[in-house]
Amino acid sequence: MRLLVACLLILGLTAAAEPQTTLPDVEDEVMCVECRTALNISTAPVADQERAFIRARIAEGMTKEEIKAALVEEYGPDVLAEPPSEGFDIAAWLVPAALVALAALGIALMARRWRRTEAAPAGPELDPDDARRLDAELSAFDR
Amino acid sequence: MRPRVYWPVVIAAAALVALLTYGVASNGPDTSIDERLADGERVEAPVQDLPRLGAEGTGSLAEHKGKVVVLNVWASWCPPCVSEMPLLQRTHEKISPRGALVLGIDTQDAQEDALKFLREKEIEFPSLRDRDREYGRELGVTGYPETFLIDREGRIAAARRGPVTQAWLDEHLEPLL
Repeated sequence: MRLLVACLLILGLTAAAEPQTTLPDVEDEVMCVECRTALNISTAPVADQERAFIRARIAEGMTKEEIKAALVEEYGPDVLAEPPSEGFDIAAWLVPAALVALAALGIALMARRWRRTEAAPAGPELDPDDARRLDAELSAFDR
Repeated sequence: MRPRVYWPVVIAAAALVALLTYGVASNGPDTSIDERLADGERVEAPVQDLPRLGAEGTGSLAEHKGKVVVLNVWASWCPPCVSEMPLLQRTHEKISPRGALVLGIDTQDAQEDALKFLREKEIEFPSLRDRDREYGRELGVTGYPETFLIDREGRIAAARRGPVTQAWLDEHLEPLL
């Protein structure tokens, strides 16, 4: 009997330790299919239906990934906030990556140019007579 | 800006603008059906195999060729769709003996909710599921409800962007029957 109680307790604790999916957890990764905004900021009637759908799946004990799969089954792949990585939609991934790469390249080129400018001599070399006169005048100031 | 840097920057900016323009244009609503209908033409209705709502298998407009079809795009969460359903059901009952039917296209809707809604409203005409509006886009659908009258040759004879009325059905449906 004691062994049974201990087993039940352990099982209960394991279940309690497993985080349960919440509505905000799923909402920010899903779109309102009609208004094309994130579900967590949409007030459209279809958004209410989507939220009710998610709540029902949470009550059934589904994980976030299972709920997202069920949403795709119900509303199609456009329900997911993450853009698909095929066809023209791949541009949503490639364009930001290309822009970041271009910006990095631009910064690198600018930095190289600035470094060259700093390293360059300030002006033409003074001839020895002028250099001697300059040193004499500067040392007169130091006194 | 030096010419060596100028041209790659201009080309990259032009490519970005072209990409954005293409993206916006390809996602915009298709108004070609409305334009051709306005010119008095009839437009070949798009056909796509779609899952049957509340039944096994798929169906399409093609299986009703030879009949006049009132093709209604609806969703259970859309209040105007809910309001026009009784009129559509009455129309279905009235035109069925005359070789015609109402065919629903349930769009972007949870199946359970859609079936519950049909039971509650006692709607008997068949519906197909367009879960992500892929078919709707071919019809130029921008909102709900929208209704298309398909003649016996499978061509769109009239389109209603918004709820149907008895007057509109009398004017456009009656001549097709």
